[in-house]
Amino acid sequence: MKSRTIKVDYLARVEGEGALYVKIKDNTVVDIKLKIFEPPRFFEAFLRGRTYNEAPDVTARICGICPIAYQMSAVHAMEDAVGVKVDGQLRALRRLIYCGEWIESHALHVYMLHAPDFLGYPDAIKMAKDYPDIVQRGLQLKKAGNDLVALLGGREIHPINVRVGGFYKVPTKQELFPITEKLKWARDAALETVRWTAKLPFPDFEQDYEFISLRHPEEYPFNEGRLVSNKGLDISVHDYDNHFMEEHVQYSNALHSLRKERGAYFVGPLARYNLNYDRLSPLAQETAHSVGLSGVCRNPFQSIIIRSIETLYACDEALRIIEHYEKPGKPAIEVQPRAATGYGCTEAPRGILYHRYSIDENGLITDAKIVPPTSQNQKTIENDLRHFIVKHLKLSQDQLTLQCEQAIRNYDPCISCATHFLKLKIDRE
Amino acid sequence: MNSYPILIIGIGNAFRGDDAVGLRVAQDIKKEAPDRVNVIVQNSDGAALMESWKNADTVILIDAVHSGGNFGTIYRFDVHTQPIPTEFFHYSTHAFGVAEAIELARALKQLPQNLIVYGIEGKCFEAGIGLSIEVERAAQEVVTRVRRDIQNVLPRKYTEYH
Repeated sequence: MKSRTIKVDYLARVEGEGALYVKIKDNTVVDIKLKIFEPPRFFEAFLRGRTYNEAPDVTARICGICPIAYQMSAVHAMEDAVGVKVDGQLRALRRLIYCGEWIESHALHVYMLHAPDFLGYPDAIKMAKDYPDIVQRGLQLKKAGNDLVALLGGREIHPINVRVGGFYKVPTKQELFPITEKLKWARDAALETVRWTAKLPFPDFEQDYEFISLRHPEEYPFNEGRLVSNKGLDISVHDYDNHFMEEHVQYSNALHSLRKERGAYFVGPLARYNLNYDRLSPLAQETAHSVGLSGVCRNPFQSIIIRSIETLYACDEALRIIEHYEKPGKPAIEVQPRAATGYGCTEAPRGILYHRYSIDENGLITDAKIVPPTSQNQKTIENDLRHFIVKHLKLSQDQLTLQCEQAIRNYDPCISCATHFLKLKIDRE
Repeated sequence: MNSYPILIIGIGNAFRGDDAVGLRVAQDIKKEAPDRVNVIVQNSDGAALMESWKNADTVILIDAVHSGGNFGTIYRFDVHTQPIPTEFFHYSTHAFGVAEAIELARALKQLPQNLIVYGIEGKCFEAGIGLSIEVERAAQEVVTRVRRDIQNVLPRKYTEYH
């Protein structure tokens, strides 16, 4: 009987603090735990009693990388509750600010966090010594995204300009225009990024995943659409709670999210791409095609290429929105609170982010639920590792450990987002 | 463009106890900053840091550290003569923080001409506002030292004070 253990006490190049524990016995994985030990964050609890219009700014604090996603899911859920629909240029501006977040988040992950795995470097700093121009391109691409978020959000980190009903302040066409040149550069850089990442070496690895993402009748999804999967799911965001459940596992501070009666599922760039390839811009589709990708990609290691394609799409879409932009008459539409429950789900860089709020007639929050993408992917990450390890048992301990870390980073996990604490209810008789 | 030859950067999170010490030092320096000294505060996003010091000749950066030393210990690095231990400023949950930004800038040959880093060993990083007594005391000491750095020719030495 031969037993072997893989332990990574502190996962590097992921957002937040997590660890991995794997136990192998007789060439079988007998135990696997992706541990998340960031302290539980009580956002859902301390939102109760706050007003409906505080939710976007409070929840944006959950993550420094994807605050726009939190603001977008929060405003859509609140607008759903009060029965308001934001349309026209205000809606376009929301897509535009989301483009900025995708660009900065994806560029950071592709270049700084994931690429070193493929090229055999322990981190981006060592990689920069041999590939200074490439790392420089990544930093500049990220900066273009940051600049777009800062322009619309007031500042790069924890932007403050998004509100229920629209924005606090909207730019004039002249104010938006100067970023066009930067975005054109970014679009070219993203195109190069796709070509560069497509040449990286990829392990041969595919699973029969259930991909889940939003799907919109016309657009590649950011803020709106139905929740669909490649296994027949097609529901309104309102029905989320009927189809998904959260499960507490003892070794992690993050809840595992599961599809009821089915189990693990997969959210994020790969899911969006597989379910919405036909909604990408012609340039993004052509570029995917030129590097040998069809509309289907099931290898999670290739998510680095898909992230690059989405970055290209986000630059393209941002330029399109700016071209057609006219300053709206009012920065926001009037909102009157009413007692109701509202649902919002948007596509954070890492996948669907679900918010549900109940508010009373004064607009005070009585209940909140937030399901971030990383808790939805956790089970799939563990499943991937289980299958990957069995196929690669011959690798040395160091090599196998590194490849396990790489497999986790396929999902760009944001552990800070995923951590919150399960409320316990004990019935005694 | 940053037309100031000296840039002071305070790093931290105002709502995480001693993590705010960099912000606190920067605010104090700002009150009596001589002309041609620019003082800014930032969180620990590495890419933003690299951007902010792009055009400055001399940069003095102040941040809380969590390295297992005595609370309130002051560390001073001259970045040109020594690497920053990566675990040093790792309290941030950002995958790409202060230490990474400095070392990446070094690899890309984008360090400012002079870069001095002050690290102050924090005691409490829990959610909340206010510094611990040890860190408060250290903050005042760092303010004095940074003022001296600004006045003097910047010495390229690593020193550790208690």
